[in-house]
Amino acid sequence: MRFERRDHPSRLLTVLAPIGAILAALVVAGLLIAIAGANPIRAYGLILKGAFGSRLGLSETLTRATPLILTGLAAAVAFRARLWNIGGEGQLYLGALAAPALGMIPIMASLPAPITILLCLAVGAIAGMILLLIPLGLRLRFGVDEVVTTLLLNFVAVLFVSLMIEGAMKDPLAFGWPQSVPVPDSAILPKLMERTRLHAGLLIALAMSVAVWWLQARTVFGMRARAAGLNPRAAAFAGVPLGRTLIAVACLSGGLAGLAGAIEVMGVKGYVTTDLSPSYGYSGIVIAMLANLNPIGVIGAALFSAVMFVGADSMSRALSIPSYIADVTVALSLLTMLVAIFLAQYRIRR
Amino acid sequence: MSVFLDILASVGMWEAVLRIATPLILGTLGVLLCERVGVLNLGIEGIMTFGAMIGWLTVYSGGDLWTGMLVAALGGAMFGFLHALLTVPLGLSQHVTGLGITLFASSFSYYVFRLAVPTASSPPTVEPFRPLEIPLFADIPFLGPVLFNQTAPTYLALVMVALLAWVLYRTPLGLAIRMAGENPHAVDAQGIDPIWLRIGTIMAGSALMGMGGAFLTLAAFNSFFPTMIQGRGWICVALVVFASWRPARALLGALLFAFFDAYQLRLQTVVEGVPYQLFLMLPYVLSIVALILMARRARVPQALMQPYRRGER
Repeated sequence: MRFERRDHPSRLLTVLAPIGAILAALVVAGLLIAIAGANPIRAYGLILKGAFGSRLGLSETLTRATPLILTGLAAAVAFRARLWNIGGEGQLYLGALAAPALGMIPIMASLPAPITILLCLAVGAIAGMILLLIPLGLRLRFGVDEVVTTLLLNFVAVLFVSLMIEGAMKDPLAFGWPQSVPVPDSAILPKLMERTRLHAGLLIALAMSVAVWWLQARTVFGMRARAAGLNPRAAAFAGVPLGRTLIAVACLSGGLAGLAGAIEVMGVKGYVTTDLSPSYGYSGIVIAMLANLNPIGVIGAALFSAVMFVGADSMSRALSIPSYIADVTVALSLLTMLVAIFLAQYRIRR
Repeated sequence: MSVFLDILASVGMWEAVLRIATPLILGTLGVLLCERVGVLNLGIEGIMTFGAMIGWLTVYSGGDLWTGMLVAALGGAMFGFLHALLTVPLGLSQHVTGLGITLFASSFSYYVFRLAVPTASSPPTVEPFRPLEIPLFADIPFLGPVLFNQTAPTYLALVMVALLAWVLYRTPLGLAIRMAGENPHAVDAQGIDPIWLRIGTIMAGSALMGMGGAFLTLAAFNSFFPTMIQGRGWICVALVVFASWRPARALLGALLFAFFDAYQLRLQTVVEGVPYQLFLMLPYVLSIVALILMARRARVPQALMQPYRRGER
């Protein structure tokens, strides 16, 4: 048995790949549900009902999808340029911390709400950027592989958040709980639905998807980033400034992850704790791959993950199946997606 | 000044170094083996998590401690096989596959753990490995308790370093493994199938990672809880670069690392006014520093991360 590259991978196969991958992941996860003694069909029915069946469920799913779209985009733009940013989790936490930190400056309280919101989003993005520029700098200057450094910096970032919310940024009114001072009232994102947690951050995330698509498909920067990823040597010969392009990609990627954190704090929590993110950063990697690194596809992939996470919460209460099944399914779909992309590109010959 | 020296003079500190180093030694050897044969294995964090969980669960459900270690090794090899299948014959991205294995193996571990132990506010415990005193040697002052009063898996890890070094540098198998990491075509020309060689070696390396995880739940602690691996797997990946892909230096790196970790743990209790988080950051920051120091000097296996397909260059 051997594999032969298809000369023209068909469009149909490329579109079907993620669907096949998700179905395969659902089948394997279904086996795990069956082993645990529940009916998988019923479990998936309950997951869908939990995620879509009510106004509250739907709003929770969209709320959950918001940071996932942004971390998915962060991974997608970086991976396309072969910048292995696995540090989305840490960048998200620093972005989250930046918003209340900016709020501690006295003048912020007197600014009008739109300006406060914009400033908080901007510092969140910048905080994320800085955390990714460190490992990129190490790669460009010392040749240190960024995979391990971005992974390690995730732990450093969360410890830094812990340090700040127990120290300089501790909320004195939180009865000793380690949580940060709240973001200023004027920086709270407006709600999209009454009496739910759904907030305007979703619109920002959707706008970012379109903006990233435009950047990648219609600008010189997008072309250079793609060339740098596909073949850095050829790109350099063609006059692409590799270092500068990677720095721009890192700013975009880290900025998106930082933005995810700032938005989560300004839209949902209002303050920072060390359990702000149920590994949104790592899920972003899965989402980017499921979307085949397509910024518009990221929206669909993020929705899939959000449905699994929100639905599994309510399913696990009804069937006493651990809600970790959502994490298992999402992780499995990454592996099945890799195989699906492979099968779309290669044919099997005996 | 004397508090800093007092810590260094205490037997407990040096005893802890070897204990903290054990999972790192096993994990680092595992990564080293995979990378020597030409495949990056970022599944380590998840494989260690699975080893920690399944080893603990085996003992918790009545198995003895060595059965727990064995099951953890087999579990690690199983995930290693999955990683190998995707990265070697299919030649998929080793970065992304490895992360996928980590995400899958760790969430699967948490799922199985929650199924086995549905409701427990505090994690249930098992009776862990007891220190195994080596007669006569353990009576040597200072060195005795430090070196010869450890748990059995720690001795096993040290034996593994020697065994792996011997296999890699003194046997035909080791030569083939190293060759597959440098130039798989040359291995093929010798009549050895590089595909199966890579698959087998990755499984062996992943078994070591699984045992490293199980050491945490069966010797260092006595219970399992989610996120307990805390990036140890990633640290092992960094240590392999620091070790320049050599087993003896991997041991040295793990010991050096464990020394700083044991030292900072004790400093936390005596130094006042410094937030504990800064101490906890130290292992991660040190790993990054180690990478910076060695990045240009290390001799990377030439075929690392290059999939092998017969007839293709």
